[in-house]
Amino acid sequence: MKRTIPILITAVVGGLLIAAYFVPAPFLASADRLIPDFFNIIAAFAFVLGGGNLLRVHLTKISRRDHEWIYSVVTVAGFLVMLFAGLLKLGTGEGGAFHWTYDLADGRLLYDALYQSVFTPCQATMFSLLAFFVASASYRAFRAKTPEATVLLIAAFVILIGRTFVGGWLTAWIPEPFSEYLHIPNLSAWIMSFPNLAGQRTIQMGIALGIISNSLRLILGIERSHLGGGD
Amino acid sequence: MKISGIPRAGSRAARLVAPLIALTCIVLPFGPASAQETSPEVVTEVVVPPPAPPTSVAAIDAPNDAGHALLVTWQASPDDANADVLAGYRVLRSQGGSPFEEVGVAAPGQDSFRDRVPENAVRYDYKVVSFGPGGVGESGTAGAEARFQWFDKTRVSSFVIMLIVCGAIVFNILRAQAGQKMYIRKIAGMDAVTEAVGRATEMGQPVLYVAGIQDMDNVQTVAGLTILGSISKLIAEYETSLVMPCSRSLVMSTARETVKESYLSAGRPDAYREDGIYYVTDEQFGFVAHVDGLMVRKKPATCFYLGAFFAESLILAETGNSIGAIQVAGTAMPTQLPFFVAACDYTLIGEELFAASAYLSQDEKMLGSLKGQDFGKGVAMVSIFVGGILTTIEGLTGWPVITMLNDKIHWLWSGG
Amino acid sequence: MGFLEKLGRLDRRWIFLLIAVSVTIPLMLQRPAPVKPSPIVRNLYTAIDALPPGSKLLLSLDYGPSTVPENDPMAHAIARHALSKDLKLYVMTIWATGPPLISNLFETVIIPGFPNKTYGEDYLNLGYKVGNQGLIQSLTSDFRNQYTQDVGWGDIAARPVGQIPMMSTIRTIKDFDFIAGIGSGQPGLKEWVQFAGDPTGTPVGGGVTAVEAPLLYPYYPTQLVGLLGGLAGAAEYEALLVENHPEFGEAAQVALIRMFPQTVAHLVIVSFVLLGNISYFAQRGRRRK
Repeated sequence: MKRTIPILITAVVGGLLIAAYFVPAPFLASADRLIPDFFNIIAAFAFVLGGGNLLRVHLTKISRRDHEWIYSVVTVAGFLVMLFAGLLKLGTGEGGAFHWTYDLADGRLLYDALYQSVFTPCQATMFSLLAFFVASASYRAFRAKTPEATVLLIAAFVILIGRTFVGGWLTAWIPEPFSEYLHIPNLSAWIMSFPNLAGQRTIQMGIALGIISNSLRLILGIERSHLGGGD
Repeated sequence: MKISGIPRAGSRAARLVAPLIALTCIVLPFGPASAQETSPEVVTEVVVPPPAPPTSVAAIDAPNDAGHALLVTWQASPDDANADVLAGYRVLRSQGGSPFEEVGVAAPGQDSFRDRVPENAVRYDYKVVSFGPGGVGESGTAGAEARFQWFDKTRVSSFVIMLIVCGAIVFNILRAQAGQKMYIRKIAGMDAVTEAVGRATEMGQPVLYVAGIQDMDNVQTVAGLTILGSISKLIAEYETSLVMPCSRSLVMSTARETVKESYLSAGRPDAYREDGIYYVTDEQFGFVAHVDGLMVRKKPATCFYLGAFFAESLILAETGNSIGAIQVAGTAMPTQLPFFVAACDYTLIGEELFAASAYLSQDEKMLGSLKGQDFGKGVAMVSIFVGGILTTIEGLTGWPVITMLNDKIHWLWSGG
Repeated sequence: MGFLEKLGRLDRRWIFLLIAVSVTIPLMLQRPAPVKPSPIVRNLYTAIDALPPGSKLLLSLDYGPSTVPENDPMAHAIARHALSKDLKLYVMTIWATGPPLISNLFETVIIPGFPNKTYGEDYLNLGYKVGNQGLIQSLTSDFRNQYTQDVGWGDIAARPVGQIPMMSTIRTIKDFDFIAGIGSGQPGLKEWVQFAGDPTGTPVGGGVTAVEAPLLYPYYPTQLVGLLGGLAGAAEYEALLVENHPEFGEAAQVALIRMFPQTVAHLVIVSFVLLGNISYFAQRGRRRK
């Protein structure tokens, strides 16, 4: 029973949504609109669930003085400060005076200030780590160990240089009929527009078919791994 | 807006009067105040005639919809291209003899308007009025009823493709059910799962599992959780610990249920620890910061990244690489695949993510569905190949029969 | 262990350090890079440039703070270009992180650069709406049903669209002459192409982060007029803008200035890849001996 009901719900909802794509009748069209709304409603409740879980996990760690519990203190403090700054609309008014309400002529909300001064730089910092990791991953991965890896290496070279003005400089001497293909920025654009495009489209087609097959398994109740497997 | 009192420019009287008015020039001598002593400038003001009305107004039920929409069409006014005379068209609607009211405005050059109507199966009448600085030109009326359709004819080709692909999948599932053996090529990443979990057991370190950063409405997350079902069974059998930070609380709840069921079916319900699966934050980089910190502190021996990933993919995989973990990744985000390929030991590319659960379970019915999927791929490959050849021949010869065949293939894959 | 062997096992922290240095020093020099615009960027510039004065351009800023260095120069350059051509600029976002980016666009580009332009007549803030691609789809049938009022700007309070001169002719997305989407993920430019440009025939162009760009190439040139791929794309657009409007000066060269450190960083990565391969082949040769 515990497995039959979820499988039944999946089958009915999945079938309805597929039918709604082809049949524009009003009752199906409204199902098509309403079912995503159901998800949004459940997801909204999940915010409370998520917040509750976060507090429970970290407060437990703090109370047990678990290993590195001090990080949990930072997490809980950050969560509560942001939550109350947003809920109570705390802000600073004219002349920097502290206010408890949102009704401020020239004031600034604490939430906005935290967003811009803490959240934004933290996000940018994490994202900028990519630059460093791209460098170390390229250093390790681009080795001409096999013919395929050599092709990859050459393509990476062309793209990396082609995305800078140096690529243009290096091959500016190539005469007109040949420069259309051999000028590094043009070669880089060609790699992106043809071999890359072909690969991207093939992968996307495979993904689309994979999604169809996976969804059909779920709708037909054949896929049960997420319910513990078995019959 | 009611306009029933406005004279119709299309009437015979108006047609006669308009050119006369246009010929009448009002000459007014005036000039700037500072130049009053000098000879006055002469400015000619031309009275603009009202635009000719649009003709052949028709109203039909908007096709392929749930009703509540009518399509009003008309033949453009002869003044359509003359911006000095015609500024646009007003579409007016009446129901059951009520006064006409404006429901929309169309720009010059437009010859149709889609109107949303409150009721299905009720007749609505329409007029289209051209307007400009000189007045208005009113068309005749036309009416229709809105109805819903039982099939969206613009999606016939999608329906055909669905029948082919889904039919092949169901057919192969039935074949598998009847005992037919299915051969599926090896997926190295999934073959390595046992070794990867075993390594974590030997080292006494946990297994880290990340099911992407999207919610349960993303099919990649669902695929990640179905694979989790199989892997967590193995983890339970090997008595290894599982750490699973989640970026969405719904994913956390679902993952807990999945892992609990797996531990139960592995006969180890006592080993299940709910706290190992917990929510972190919906925020992408906040989540990554936590998982990176976790990796550096707890040094998991094996890391699985299976689901939908964005820019965080390389940050996670490089950190995992730096701690020497065995890493198995899988995603259907084409932009992130190169990063996983570069930094992980094994990567499930696109469709392999969706096939992994079937592969791990070795359930014949699930494997049958993969065979059906391959048939769909075959149809696509043949279409691309034949389409390529036909396009080349068409370009060289221009034969109409080739054009027709090419158009058929194009139609089949156009989603229409 | 020989030098080449050591090189092959180089601690990645050395790579990190060199990348940091190669980005920081050129960034401090503040020199614009000599960038040559590619056809895909030139196409976008030409399409916007060809719009007659008074045309309506919808600019959607669908990204968050993390990709501001890449996306902001694109949005700012297109906004500058549009207002200099006397186009009507409608700014919106389908990302919850977008509203502060719109404020920043107004504060740093429009107010100082175009003091004679009026809010509500020349540019408009439509703000953020939930709904992702569903929202885009619904705009194709009824724009005013979704946007019953603007968001306002500074001291200007939000007003119903009926009172905003710029909104008088807007009924659906088809009433716009151009859609420019600046994005870094999903939903973003791809969704603008799929759900707005393609079904309605309204031209769509825009910019995305370098990582996202390969996903958009399949749509160019039929469904996507032009594309700014990453900082390089933004710099190429700025190069065209500065070439035709030298009056914008240094304020319009943010991406051009950032391209210099990016170029140096690319060259450092290329050098590391070369060194890694030299070390690999040297070791392989030694093993064969």
